[in-house]
Amino acid sequence: MTITLEQLSKTYEGSHQPVLKDISVQINEGEFFVIVGPSGCGKSTLLRMIAGLTGISSGKLMINGEVANQMPPKDRALSMVFQSYALFPFMNVAENVGFGLKSRKLPKDEINHRVNEALAMVNLSELRDRKPKELSGGQRQRVALARAIASEAKICLMDEPLSNLDAQLRAKMRIELKQLQRNLGLTVIYVTHDQVEAMTMADRVMVLNDQKVQQVDTPENLYQHPHNSFVAQFFGTPQINLLTANVTQCELIIDSALHLPITSSRINNSKVLIGIRPADVRIRVGSQGANARVAAVSYLGDQLVITADLNDSQTIRIVAGSQMQVAPDDLIKIVGIKCFDVFDINSKELISIQKGDVNDARVAAAEF
Amino acid sequence: MEMSRPATPTTNSANAKKVGQYVLLLILTLLVLGPFILGLWTSLMPTADISKGALWSSHISLDNYVTAITTTPMLRYLLNSLVISTITMLFQVLLCSISAYAFVFLEFKYRKQLFMLFLITMMLPFEAEVIPNFSTVRSMGLLNHYAAMVIPFLTAAFGTFMLRQSFMQMPIELKEAADIEGLSHLQFYWRLALPYTKVSLMTLAAYSFLSSWNQYLWPMLTTFSDNFRPVQDGLRQLQGQESFNNWGMIQASAAIVVIPTLIILFVGQHYFKAGLNEGAVK
Repeated sequence: MTITLEQLSKTYEGSHQPVLKDISVQINEGEFFVIVGPSGCGKSTLLRMIAGLTGISSGKLMINGEVANQMPPKDRALSMVFQSYALFPFMNVAENVGFGLKSRKLPKDEINHRVNEALAMVNLSELRDRKPKELSGGQRQRVALARAIASEAKICLMDEPLSNLDAQLRAKMRIELKQLQRNLGLTVIYVTHDQVEAMTMADRVMVLNDQKVQQVDTPENLYQHPHNSFVAQFFGTPQINLLTANVTQCELIIDSALHLPITSSRINNSKVLIGIRPADVRIRVGSQGANARVAAVSYLGDQLVITADLNDSQTIRIVAGSQMQVAPDDLIKIVGIKCFDVFDINSKELISIQKGDVNDARVAAAEF
Repeated sequence: MEMSRPATPTTNSANAKKVGQYVLLLILTLLVLGPFILGLWTSLMPTADISKGALWSSHISLDNYVTAITTTPMLRYLLNSLVISTITMLFQVLLCSISAYAFVFLEFKYRKQLFMLFLITMMLPFEAEVIPNFSTVRSMGLLNHYAAMVIPFLTAAFGTFMLRQSFMQMPIELKEAADIEGLSHLQFYWRLALPYTKVSLMTLAAYSFLSSWNQYLWPMLTTFSDNFRPVQDGLRQLQGQESFNNWGMIQASAAIVVIPTLIILFVGQHYFKAGLNEGAVK
């Protein structure tokens, strides 16, 4: 069950601006494929195009090598879990799960068997006679899942299924969903705006922004090798630092006191955007040779997130060990950058990834 | 010390306000129910006492009801009305829900314009349609028959409008889920849309039954015999123009006519409660 998108585009009627353009990707059998992006980027529209609920303006959608642009939803052999669950309020849990099977006129025994199995799989067997309104949010979520399982479709589309749950339940459901997907060998296409969900669950992630695909890659690669500054910024907490730097012959000058060496020959702009992960910054507290002033400190238990102003008033986020003694208005010195990405200042595309040196960010004299 | 002193002035004024509200409600209730109770009461009094304008009688009995049922075609009127109102109600619920479904879930050209046209017909008062309707019914040869009282009321723009609103309130995800399960429009209409809008359907059913039951002008124009005359016109028939009027009996008949209305309201109350669709989404 592979799904192939070839230059899929969507323009709504009466509008000239496409909401999606040139989306191409192949989703493999048994893959947990996450579509992620900020709200309004068209990710739900894309999912609905795959489901057949929204028409395709141009391009080709293939399911198992067969062109499916005009195929009605039911013939695509897929199931869908909605953000709002879409349960039928006047049916109990078991009827909700079996409803689709019943309307497909499956034999009664088969329906019972599948419903029981699906309910057992999501631990809802005892609540089978309850109505949706007598269930908690997490339980309703499970009913929606059981309905997808019972359909035995090999492709399951999920539209932000966890976003109505509280943080703890969400973390738990993430693991359960992932296990379920692996046990049933499902191909899951999962839409979310939450980068953590994308990173923790996906085999591969498609990042959408600005109507376009920004990158399709494994979570690890998205983090380590972002194709552009949007992807770099989207993944990782706290967010990556994007600082503008002037380029000289052999150095990138972020501000008068923070210079980084150039090791790549591909930088030939006069200005670039430098991406530095907060955890890759090494600092020392103290006014001697300082080049930044602490603006805020957030304590996160095992680590500190320090927000500091460089002397050209750019802001930098730094992750440090929680044992470090630092307070707002303290002066700090950035002593090293472990590694950093260089992006084009206009196109925001990646130019190169550079290894820095934790002890060798050349730091000019303090100007504080 | 501040804490231990309850805010007496506020509580007292709140109480006074509440008492005032209840007194007002009570007066309004009496005003509304007064004539109704008076009518029910006089239906139990002999006509001789009613004619004297008395409000009390020593001969309270159900005699008037017995007279109404035995000496007048009251039961026939009731049957006529029941047949007419039930058929009208069933068809209005069916046809209005089907057309409302089309306006919400089917996509076709000029859908908006067509619906506007529907709404415009609501602006036309029934009295304005009486003459064309009458000549239509007459040329179809349906005068003095149930059909004359049913066919012009098989559907109503108001019903379509009302059900369209409640169909539009269904979460779009339910339709999408149904599409993925492969439900046809008929299946979705019958098995999901109708149960989901049960409250609105009940309301429309009660409304159309009662408005058909309470019809007076139209049946008066189109029926000439007791075999087809509905209750409201039957009641009028009981009151002779010249002869002596048995007011007690007429009053008893009026009470009988009101009974179905009351039944519908009491039964309806059970259904017209909110929260039936809780838990569909979120």
